[in-house]
Amino acid sequence: MQAEVAQAASVSIALAGSGGSGVMTAGTVLLAAAAKAGAYGLMVRTSGPQIRGGEAAAMLRLGSHPMASLDDGFDLLLAIDWQNVNRFADEIVLGPRSVLIGDPDEGDAPEVFKASGARYAPLSMKKMAKEIPGSWVNMIALGLAGTLAGLPLAVLQEAVRDAWKKPATLDANLQAVAKGAVAAQQIAQQLVQEGGAMAQLQVGERGSAPRWMMSGNEATGLGALRGGVRFVAAYPITPATEVLEWLAPRIARLGGTLLQAEDELASINMIIGASYGGVPALTATAGPGLSLMTEALGLAVASEVPVVVIDVMRGGPSTGIPAKSEQSDLSYAVSGLHGDAPRLVVAPTSIADCLGATQWAVHLAEALQAPVIVLSDQFMGQSRAIVDRPVDAGYTAQRLTAQANTPDYKRYRNTPSGVSPMAIPGTEGVTYTADGLEHSEAGIPSSQSRDHVLQLDKRQRKLTQHDYGSYWADIEGDAPAVVIAFGSASGPVREAIARARAQGLELRLIVLRLLAPAQPEQMAAALQGAKHIIVVEQNHGAQLYRYLRAWYDFPVPPQSFHRPGPLPLRPAELLTALLAWRNGA
Amino acid sequence: MSAPTPPTADAVPATLYELMAQALQMELEAVQRYNEFADMMETHNNPEVGQWFRKMAEVEGKHASQILDSMGWSEPPAYFVQAPMFDGFEAPENAALDQVHYLMKPWHVLQMALANEERAERFFDRLAGLAEVDAVREAALALRDEEREHVELVKSWMLKVPQPDSNWDQDPDPPRYDG
Amino acid sequence: MNTPVNLEEVPAVPIGFTAADFKSSYKPIWCPGCGDFTVLSSVTKALAIVGIAPKDCAVVSGIGCSSRIPAYTTCYGFHGVHGRSLAAATGLKVARPDLQVLVAGGDGDGYSIGGNHFLHACRRNVDMTYLVMDNHVYGMTKGQPSPTTEPDWDSKLSPGGTGLRVFNPSVVALASGANFVARAFAGDLHGTADIIARAMKHPGFSFVEILSPCVTFRPEQRDWRKLVHPAEVLTTDDPARAARRLMKDDGLNIGVLYAGDRIPYPASVRSPKCSVADLEAEFAL
Repeated sequence: MQAEVAQAASVSIALAGSGGSGVMTAGTVLLAAAAKAGAYGLMVRTSGPQIRGGEAAAMLRLGSHPMASLDDGFDLLLAIDWQNVNRFADEIVLGPRSVLIGDPDEGDAPEVFKASGARYAPLSMKKMAKEIPGSWVNMIALGLAGTLAGLPLAVLQEAVRDAWKKPATLDANLQAVAKGAVAAQQIAQQLVQEGGAMAQLQVGERGSAPRWMMSGNEATGLGALRGGVRFVAAYPITPATEVLEWLAPRIARLGGTLLQAEDELASINMIIGASYGGVPALTATAGPGLSLMTEALGLAVASEVPVVVIDVMRGGPSTGIPAKSEQSDLSYAVSGLHGDAPRLVVAPTSIADCLGATQWAVHLAEALQAPVIVLSDQFMGQSRAIVDRPVDAGYTAQRLTAQANTPDYKRYRNTPSGVSPMAIPGTEGVTYTADGLEHSEAGIPSSQSRDHVLQLDKRQRKLTQHDYGSYWADIEGDAPAVVIAFGSASGPVREAIARARAQGLELRLIVLRLLAPAQPEQMAAALQGAKHIIVVEQNHGAQLYRYLRAWYDFPVPPQSFHRPGPLPLRPAELLTALLAWRNGA
Repeated sequence: MSAPTPPTADAVPATLYELMAQALQMELEAVQRYNEFADMMETHNNPEVGQWFRKMAEVEGKHASQILDSMGWSEPPAYFVQAPMFDGFEAPENAALDQVHYLMKPWHVLQMALANEERAERFFDRLAGLAEVDAVREAALALRDEEREHVELVKSWMLKVPQPDSNWDQDPDPPRYDG
Repeated sequence: MNTPVNLEEVPAVPIGFTAADFKSSYKPIWCPGCGDFTVLSSVTKALAIVGIAPKDCAVVSGIGCSSRIPAYTTCYGFHGVHGRSLAAATGLKVARPDLQVLVAGGDGDGYSIGGNHFLHACRRNVDMTYLVMDNHVYGMTKGQPSPTTEPDWDSKLSPGGTGLRVFNPSVVALASGANFVARAFAGDLHGTADIIARAMKHPGFSFVEILSPCVTFRPEQRDWRKLVHPAEVLTTDDPARAARRLMKDDGLNIGVLYAGDRIPYPASVRSPKCSVADLEAEFAL
């Protein structure tokens, strides 16, 4: 009997288990399989604090269009074992239509999951794996989950073949996938009898548009290289380490260098040194590391040396919640330097945009001879998505350098644009000393009022007068009710807006990509006709809301929706908030 | 290790070229040293003393020109000193860099200059005594005589500048300003 | 003290450049009598001996009186933040191995806030020369003890003295992997120039500790010129022997104490083996 299944716009699957169960690998392969089948998808991973053996879950959302947010709940939670999986209960929300699969030999499902009303289907997955020597239980799980989601066995096995590293055990594990698929058919039939099949993926024709699979951190690394970065200093920190580890071998293949530093103080100073030498340079860190880099960022501002610092934001303050996402470094990024120290802050809007925004940041840093902080976050950085291949907007490093033997060369000459040609060491006749001390146009340390005002003005003007073009924000729609957001918040916001539209409420969306310097003219244009404004963000202090109110004039007082991490923003909660804002207000 | 000692026999230059190249280098370094002192004094708001150091730089500069002329050199020869003819940190004609004080008076400059010139005079005199080559000996004696003239010049200037008060180095402002 | 150090060949005749080519027109603000004046003269002389053009040399410094030195030369200069000069210099040299990189600063900048970077710079053994003008005091902030200040030196910040054992930079440098360890005395212009030139020519991380008296806050350091003495033994390339000597060192030994053959950090600027487009293949589905 053909199982009647409902074709859904997206299917959400969580694979959970403790160390050794291999759920992260299974999740990655499942995502790749979905890609092969022509679907889009997003995978978010979560785990306990242990280095090895900890509880872990791979949370996937697969669908027929690009996914930038997790759904409100999960259609399937498949747990290979139940060790501490209950810790993920807030993240893996189940309901009466959800399916819960567990191994009866691993104990009972935790109460919190059972209480959701999800339909329980036990399966002795470990025993099944043991019956095929050389096979892994996570491959049983892969076949099971993938088939329930609607992916053909052939596609699942092809994905395993691509990923498999040990030829000797490949065959056994392909069999395991098949075995899981068979079990899935049985469970599906059972579900139909009990009241309804699980949602299944609409597997259509694989489109002709080229697609990529990547994480935000990988996209960031590629954006840096596309932009022209050829020197990176690195100090590991969660959740930024992958940016650096991805870059290490690849920048070397391009003839560049990645140097591991002894601490973040070293890494920021190293990239300033390298950039002073003429090589576009970058580092990646998270909140605590960014704090350590503060003084040297000021040095980059004052000495006008371009650098890019990627901040993959995580739960703060202080050590905070390293493996969870939050948008709470914004205040610090836009204002956290002593003195009047203008700098650029750029925020990628999605996993794919981590590429373009970083590439743009490199271009801006070099063009304006200033530091750029790129506010990525853990959600984008460590999640993996299937995306349309990002178009190369062509931004590259183009530094204004001094010609040899320029007569009367002054490094910090006050030009109309505020950008003065920079002498690169090795160039004849234009030697100078870069300095964090305030200086004259010639670069000589000065405590004179005239020099201070001139240089402050120059350093600010070069940023505020630059034409950033339309890339400063993505503006969608023209409704009088406007939602403003940045970074990963834009994903669930966009989905909430789509659901609102389905209910008859039209909303305009402004996703900011350039946070600093402020863009009053462009914002005013973007807010034409706005009658209601709300700022949505994932932090406790409403940081974007306060920043915008400090720097912009609004036609009407904006409202704020904000809550901190560790849980990602979800469409349903945002929809509720947006409806309340428009209807209840 | 630090006090300049008279030349030893094996450090006496064997040729006129070597002697004059080294002597020229000594004069040029003396010019540089006096100019450095002048810069220091001007930066520390003691321009009167700065002027005196410039004056001494000029005297040494003239001597350097004389050496160039006498050897027919248009510029100092590129010559690396394998075994310097003097021992110690400083050439006989140079005062050490730590011999200056930001409040020093012209009289101190001339005291220093006098000591420099007398030391240089003694040096060339001893060198002449140790020289085995005639041309070297004669040139050393000529250098000694030139230094002798400088001694007299400096002594005559000293008569024209006042002796400093006993509290010449007192500064009512301490270096640490505890505002 | 003008005898060249007894190691390898004597520096070549300066060709093309004189010390004057390396001195800028900016007058130093150091107190008259400061040892750093001689260090500046020694540096310019050493650069002439080594024979690189000012445009191909970069002087990187931190914060302090000694760190003012870059602008007093005609080389490219980088006057960064307190204690981080070695990091900036490392980034610069690794990105631009064609440049001669000199790092300069004082004892506070180098051994206190800069201590961590000092260890790792020695470890990394990148080819550069680090000159520390040691006057056993924080001069710019007007007279506090530094890591090399005697334990009983009285000051407002540490009345009665810190009571702390003096930091021994040469031993730390040797233990951490520096390839060249020397001590010089600022009162000896030519001797110091010679040591600096050797340091620059020696591959890897060369560390030169230069005793440079502070005439304003440590006037008693005038006596150094009487107390310093040439190192009694020859330079060694054996780290163990160097370590034994340095542990008994009185801090006034002048000369090249250790010149090793540790492999310097590899020059890493290579020609590209692929293009950025080649790297994108891994993402394509």
